[in-house]
Amino acid sequence: MTKHRYVGQNYPRTHETEKVTGKAVYIDDLKLPGMLYGKILYSSYANAKIKRIDTSRAKELPGVRAVLTGEDIPEVRVGFIKDQTVLKKGRVRQFRDEVAAVAAITPDIAQAALDLIEVEYEELPGLFDPYEALQKDAPLVHEIDARGRPMRSNILPLPWQFSAGDIEKARQESAFTVKDRVSTTWVNQCCMGPSGCVAEFDTHNNLTFYSQTNVVFGAKQRIADYFAKIGLGGKKIRVRNTVVGGSFGTKLDTDIYEFICIQLALKTRKPVKILFTREEEFKALPPRQPAVFDIEQGCDESGRLTFRHVEAVLDNGAYTSWGATTPSVMMMPISSLYRVPNVFFKATCVYTNNIYAQAMRGYGNPQATFAVETSMDRLAEAAGIDPAEFRYINRNQSNEQTPMNLKITTCGLAECIQEVKKKIAWDQKRGKQNGRGVGMASLIHVAGGARVYKSDGHGIRIKVDDEGHVDVISGGTDQGQGSFTVLAQIIAEALGFRPEDISFNIADTALALWDAGTHASRHTFIAGNAALKACQKVRRQIMEMAAKQMPKLIQMTIKRQSRKDPDFQPPDIDFSLLSDPNNLDIQERRIFLKSDPDNPYCSMDASTVLRQGLHVGTGESQTIMAEVFYDPPTEMLDRQFKGNYSMTYAFGTTGVEVEVDKQTGEVSILNMVAAHDVGKAINPTLIKGQIYGAVYTGSGYALTEEIKLQKGKVMNPNFRDYKILTAKDDIPIEAVIVELGDADGPYGAKGIGEPGLVPTAPAIANAIYDAIGVRITELPITPEKVLDAIKTKEGDAWCE
Amino acid sequence: MNNIDVKFNLNGEPVTAVVPVTWTLLRTLREYFELTGAKEGCGVGECGACTVLIDGESVNACLYPVPEIEGKNVQTIEGLAHPDGTLDPIQQAFIENNGVQCGYCTSGMIMSAKALLEKNPQPAESDIRNAISGNICRCTGYVQIVESIAMAANMQEEK
Repeated sequence: MTKHRYVGQNYPRTHETEKVTGKAVYIDDLKLPGMLYGKILYSSYANAKIKRIDTSRAKELPGVRAVLTGEDIPEVRVGFIKDQTVLKKGRVRQFRDEVAAVAAITPDIAQAALDLIEVEYEELPGLFDPYEALQKDAPLVHEIDARGRPMRSNILPLPWQFSAGDIEKARQESAFTVKDRVSTTWVNQCCMGPSGCVAEFDTHNNLTFYSQTNVVFGAKQRIADYFAKIGLGGKKIRVRNTVVGGSFGTKLDTDIYEFICIQLALKTRKPVKILFTREEEFKALPPRQPAVFDIEQGCDESGRLTFRHVEAVLDNGAYTSWGATTPSVMMMPISSLYRVPNVFFKATCVYTNNIYAQAMRGYGNPQATFAVETSMDRLAEAAGIDPAEFRYINRNQSNEQTPMNLKITTCGLAECIQEVKKKIAWDQKRGKQNGRGVGMASLIHVAGGARVYKSDGHGIRIKVDDEGHVDVISGGTDQGQGSFTVLAQIIAEALGFRPEDISFNIADTALALWDAGTHASRHTFIAGNAALKACQKVRRQIMEMAAKQMPKLIQMTIKRQSRKDPDFQPPDIDFSLLSDPNNLDIQERRIFLKSDPDNPYCSMDASTVLRQGLHVGTGESQTIMAEVFYDPPTEMLDRQFKGNYSMTYAFGTTGVEVEVDKQTGEVSILNMVAAHDVGKAINPTLIKGQIYGAVYTGSGYALTEEIKLQKGKVMNPNFRDYKILTAKDDIPIEAVIVELGDADGPYGAKGIGEPGLVPTAPAIANAIYDAIGVRITELPITPEKVLDAIKTKEGDAWCE
Repeated sequence: MNNIDVKFNLNGEPVTAVVPVTWTLLRTLREYFELTGAKEGCGVGECGACTVLIDGESVNACLYPVPEIEGKNVQTIEGLAHPDGTLDPIQQAFIENNGVQCGYCTSGMIMSAKALLEKNPQPAESDIRNAISGNICRCTGYVQIVESIAMAANMQEEK
């Protein structure tokens, strides 16, 4: 095996020292000359007609520079299926509907102006339950669709339906079957950095947009589409990031507040910032898409899965963001987690007057895996097989194709299950029913990109200057995961430089080549592969320059030394050897002769060569630079939702030991082991950081987190009432890294951004079942639900 | 609006702020002194992203009325590194051990850790978890933050 200098090392995050010294500039901290502050007025009802809006008093407030309502800007439809407008005119359909916006010289004045806007509504009855919204006589949330055609129901026009094999036949041939309803709820991504943006137009109406998006080119495209409809078609749009305080899905779509900010900037001709409060984070950002699953599975006598039949209903809320597309990812675990030959999956997205949802870390996978892994445990029990053994029997394996046509190239699921069993002491601890129990769940996720757009590519530019500094320009982003520490390690390794020589210019559409987005756990894999290809070119250029310049430089040195010292004996150097780039190598920025690496004359810092060879006069000057666009050979899903949309897939298993207090219903996590097949760990410390963080968020998803909606209104928009886990919750997590190497990944790596979260909740639910024999199928698993379940199970015995 | 003059020590320097009497310390730091390391993650004392030290105690600057700061010593994340750029061991440990991810909670997290280590140079894990229990982080699951603070304690010990 090749010995690496940087790949596989715990290289520190020295590229981000600004974050520990308070100097990093987040959107909160960005201030442009003359900048105004925007604020948004939201609806007071979940469903209502707007009878009248009076902004006159707000406009008169000193310091106010603009007040906008739906009457003041073009009525342009935006969003994934273009089912909403930027400022709502005549009708609101959810509490977060944006009805007016203000720009003022201070945030306080903008807020005061909002309070002066009078809106008169006529409240309409609302729909808050997707099953009610599915009833034939249910009122319509939208009367017309994006094309102006009448809507006949509240069902979104998204035909999520997948089938493979023959379910009916498989059902009849099954020895055991189980059927359950499993549901998950709204949870907020809870980025610590609130959402915000700054929009600034130049004299010619070209826009610079400072945002937190993790898809800079996607944001640019959406704004360009919007511009085309408001008379700004063809104007230049530059999207760039500040330092981003977390993303977890919230920055995937271009949100309504961003279009509002652009409108305010256009109106005032000044840079405008909108910055959310924490309350707005909870009330006016789309949370994780909730879903209800009816899942049925069967297996034969020996425990082999025969079929999986899943129907899901997704409460879409009043409008559509990426939440409605999460079924495209739900399909992956439903069709391909464990070997199952016959699969049916249908998802129905339904409009209601609740707040609309979108993506969060895992993109539908946590919801679907909660259903699949709950059902796996139930089926194992029905078949009388240990749940770990049951999973092992049905495990995915390398070099196979799933019913969804996913090509599993490398699969470490067997290793992950075994590691978890061992480390959690599965065999000793299972089945005691004494208040303590163990459970497990596994996952599959995309780990080599995800072809959701025509291109799943990443363009990268790498240039080297005469000081030997390497500037990398990438359209990728870093929302906290350390994407560019990892990329620095990859580039340093491939280029023969040191990570500290490498600087990054990221997330700026004016500088970077196109990138599909730092989403879907794809950055290390896709940007890493792009970087490797660019490094090959750059390295070759440097070696060619060295072959040309080193003989001259060495001769100059010898001449200089001979002049200084008449007794100097010139060394015996084979200059013809030096003149061939193939004979040279570079490590840690030192270029040397492969055949004589310790010869001090034939070894020099790359900057010496670069200074000699770069900009040295007419006809002689050169550049050291490469740009590469890497787009993996994957497929988009076809009309049957089949296709290999990632180059490789991640697998992992989480095992949990819990203790349940039967008097209070309180669940304590005593031990947690998360084993992940990461291909190759470029930076084990950073990978563990991804796993720990994801497992912690997954534990909150399992036990405490829930946006409480009362008739469409968020009742707990703060950290006091929305409980995310703190350091004191002290969940002991062990991250186990399984490295099998993946031939397609950079140095063998697979993506790991999302996987840790995915199996956490079902593993906990399964452990609770093992501890006390009650199965909670509705997230979050609160003490109240546990107590209720205990009472139901034990009946009168519980009271005694 | 009524402005007040407040005099206090900020990162070792005597300063005067002339700000509206209703302002919080956080707003004064961020807007008057343009020290933006302390962050407003919630504005109501629930997340800890605004943590600074007042006379050595960790405090949510977003809840602290500016008139109360008169005569006190305030230390912010900007005052932690040595003027020559040498990082405090806590800052160094956060970089080395991935105690920082998105970084938004980091200033507050480090200041809470600073208050702890000043009083308790060799804290147990439970002491560390207690000390940062008012600082919410969404990225890390706290594991590597707790490890970083323990690492910093050891680095200080070795000095």
